[in-house]
Amino acid sequence: MGNILVKEKQIVVPGEILAKGMDYLPGIGTYREGENIHAARVGLTYIDGRALKLIPLAGKYQPKKGDTIIAKVKDIMFSGWSCTTNSAYQAMMNVKDATSEFIPRGADLSQIYQIGDYVVGKIVTVTSQKLIDLSMKGPGLRRLHGGRIVYVTPSKVPRIIGKKGSMVSMIKQATGCKIIVGQNGMIWLSGEEPKNVLLAVKTIEMIESKAHISGLTDIIKQWLEKETGQKIIPKGDENGL
Amino acid sequence: MGYDKRLDGRKFDETRPIEAKVGVIKNADGSGWFRIGKSTAYAAVYGPKNLYPKFLANPKRGVLRCHYNMMPFSGMGNRVRPGTNRRAKEISMVTANALLPILDLSDFPNSVVDVYIELPETDAGSRCAGICAASLALADAGFLMKDLACSVAVGKVDDKVVVDLDYAEEAYECDAGVADIPLCIFPQSKKISLLQMDGILSPESLKEAMEAGMIAAEKIYDIQKAALKAKYEGD
Amino acid sequence: MNKDYVHKLAEKDTRIDGRKFDEYRQPISIETDVSSTADGSALVTIGDTQVMAGVKMELGTPYSDAPDQGTLMINVELLPLSHPRFDPGPPSIQAIELARVIDRGIRESHSIDTHKLCVTPGEKVWTVIVDICPINDAGNLFDAGALAAIAAIKNTKLPAIKDGIIDYKNKTDEGLPLAHTPLSCTVLKIGNKLVVDPLSEEEESYESRLTVATTEKDELCALQKGGEEPLTIDEVDTMVKLAIAKTKELRKFL
Repeated sequence: MGNILVKEKQIVVPGEILAKGMDYLPGIGTYREGENIHAARVGLTYIDGRALKLIPLAGKYQPKKGDTIIAKVKDIMFSGWSCTTNSAYQAMMNVKDATSEFIPRGADLSQIYQIGDYVVGKIVTVTSQKLIDLSMKGPGLRRLHGGRIVYVTPSKVPRIIGKKGSMVSMIKQATGCKIIVGQNGMIWLSGEEPKNVLLAVKTIEMIESKAHISGLTDIIKQWLEKETGQKIIPKGDENGL
Repeated sequence: MGYDKRLDGRKFDETRPIEAKVGVIKNADGSGWFRIGKSTAYAAVYGPKNLYPKFLANPKRGVLRCHYNMMPFSGMGNRVRPGTNRRAKEISMVTANALLPILDLSDFPNSVVDVYIELPETDAGSRCAGICAASLALADAGFLMKDLACSVAVGKVDDKVVVDLDYAEEAYECDAGVADIPLCIFPQSKKISLLQMDGILSPESLKEAMEAGMIAAEKIYDIQKAALKAKYEGD
Repeated sequence: MNKDYVHKLAEKDTRIDGRKFDEYRQPISIETDVSSTADGSALVTIGDTQVMAGVKMELGTPYSDAPDQGTLMINVELLPLSHPRFDPGPPSIQAIELARVIDRGIRESHSIDTHKLCVTPGEKVWTVIVDICPINDAGNLFDAGALAAIAAIKNTKLPAIKDGIIDYKNKTDEGLPLAHTPLSCTVLKIGNKLVVDPLSEEEESYESRLTVATTEKDELCALQKGGEEPLTIDEVDTMVKLAIAKTKELRKFL
C-alpha cells in the first residue's frame, strides 16, 4: 500500500513528506524514515518509475570526472598550474596535460598559461578528498581570450545548454556571440556588439530564474525574437562548445 | 492571582506575528530573513569554500561555522559596541549545534560553510530568529537537509506556560518568576537540537513547555516552507 | 578578464549592465523605521546594493573645547554577510575610509546643529551615533552609505530623559536639529571616461575615483580622491560638476 503526495515537477522543501507507505523507493535527494519518504533538499520532484527523485534547484558545483569546466589559473608551480573551479576545491593541471604540444623540461610555464588566465578544461580525476586533475588535451579545450564570464547555479547548466545544445545555440544565433558553458556554472561570452553580449547575459539570467518551468524553450525563443526582431530557427548542436 | 492575560493580549500558545523570506542577499550562496514580533534576523550562507587554517578541516565532511551578531542599533538600551563578545560566541556555537543534526556536509570534505546571522532589531527570542533565518539560508543554498530548523522560545511566566516570550514578559516581575527556554525543533522527527534555560522551573512545567514548543514549531515550518517555495512561484 | 572587459566597454561608451556613464541603477528606494530598537533607521537600495543605517542616541560628556555642543560619531561595519570578501573582525581600512569620508560630509557641513544637543553645559550632552551596515554590497557603498546615514538621521526621534538618564522605552516627538542634508556622489575614471554609481566589477578596475559630498545648496563639504592614478585640475573640475548634478537626482529620494 502506498500513497504519493506530490505531483511531477513540484517544488518541495527539506523534510516535506513526498510519499507514505512502502510502494515507492527513495531516490536521489530524498530519504526514507519509517513509513514516509521525505525531501532532503529544496528541489523539483521527478518520478522515475517507482523511485522518487529530486532535481536540485541550488547548490555549489561538485566536481565530477569527465565534466568540461571553465577554470581560472591561480598559481604556477614546478609541475603545472593550480586553478580555481567555482567550487570549494582547486584543480591541478599538470604539465603533461597542459597542451597537445611538447613542453620541454625546465620551460617557463608562465609562457603557456599565466596567473589570471581562464581556460576550458576537462576533469580527468576527482579523488575522495576532492583533489582534481584537469586536462587541456582534447577538442575545444583551450585558453580563453577576451570576453566576459558570468556565473550561474550549476544545476541549471543543463537547461541553459538545452537538449543537444538547442537552447544555447538559439542564444548564439540571436546574439552572434561565442558562448562556452562550463558544467561548473561558469559561462564565457564573447561578442563584437556590447548590447548583443548584454542580451545573451540577460537571456541566460532569465533561463536560470525560470529553469523549473516547462515550455521554457518557447518562452526564450519568443523573447529572443522580440528583442532582436529576427526569426530564430532552433537546431541541435553537439555539446555547446 | 497568577498571569491571567498576556501583556500584549496574545493567547498563551500564540507566537507573535511571523514573516519569512529567502534570497534577500544576492551576493550570498543562500540567504534568509526571519521576523518574529520585533526580533528580526538576516542570515547569509557562504560556502562550501576552502578552509584556512588547514588544521581545522575535517577530511570526512565540511565544517559549519555560525557567526551571530547584533547590529549596533539592535539593542533595547544603549548602543551595542561592535565586535564579538562572550554571549555572541556562545550563541554562535549553540546555533551551529542546533543546525548540524539535519545537515549533510559529507560531499564537501576539508571545506567550510560560513553562516552569518545579523540582527537589525531584537525583542527577545533573537537567537531563535537567527536559527530560523539560518535554516532558510542553508536550504536556499541547496544543501542536503533532512528537515528545517524551527526555533522559538517557550517558557513560564508566573504560573502559565507560554510560547514566544517578548522582552516585556522576560522582564516581568511576579511571584513565581519567569523561565525563558529557547528551543530548536525538527518537526519531522520531533527532536530538539537547542535547549537552554534562564529562570526557575519544575520538570513538569518544562515538559509542558517543550510540548507547546513542538506545536509552535509546526506552524513555523509551514511559514518557512512557504518562504522557500515563494521564490519559485509567481511565474 | 572582467577588468579588461570593463575598459573595453568604456571605450565603446557602454558598461557591463548597459547603463550610460552618468546613469544610476534602478530601483533606488529609501525605507525608514526599519529597526524598532534604533532611534532612527533607514534601508537604502540602489540597484542590488542595500545598506542599512541606524542611529542610537546616548548621553555623554562634551569635549572640553566645545562644552555646550553635542557629539557625533559615524561608524561603518562591513558585515561579512554582505560580500564574500568581508571577514569578521576589527574594521578594515576600507571600513575606516568609508566611515571617515561619510563623517566629514555630515560634520563639515554642520548638518546637525550640535549646539541644540546640549543638556547641561560642560556636563551632559547628546551623542549621535550612526552605524552604517551594508546588507548586500554590489558596489558604491560610499553613496549608498552616505544616503542611508542622512536618511537615518532625518528619521531619528530623541528618546525621553528621566532622572538624568535615557529612558529608551519612551520616545519623544523631537527630531534631530538638521540644518543641512549632505549627500555624496562617487565618480570613477575608467580609461578616460567618467562613470557614476559603480558596480563591484567597475570598482575593481578603475584608475582613480573622486567622492564628492555636497549640501542641498550645491556647496562642497567633503572630498576624497582614491585610486592609483593622479588627476588633472580639469579632470577634478569635470568630476565635481558631474557629482553635483547627479547628487541633485539622488536628493529627490530623501
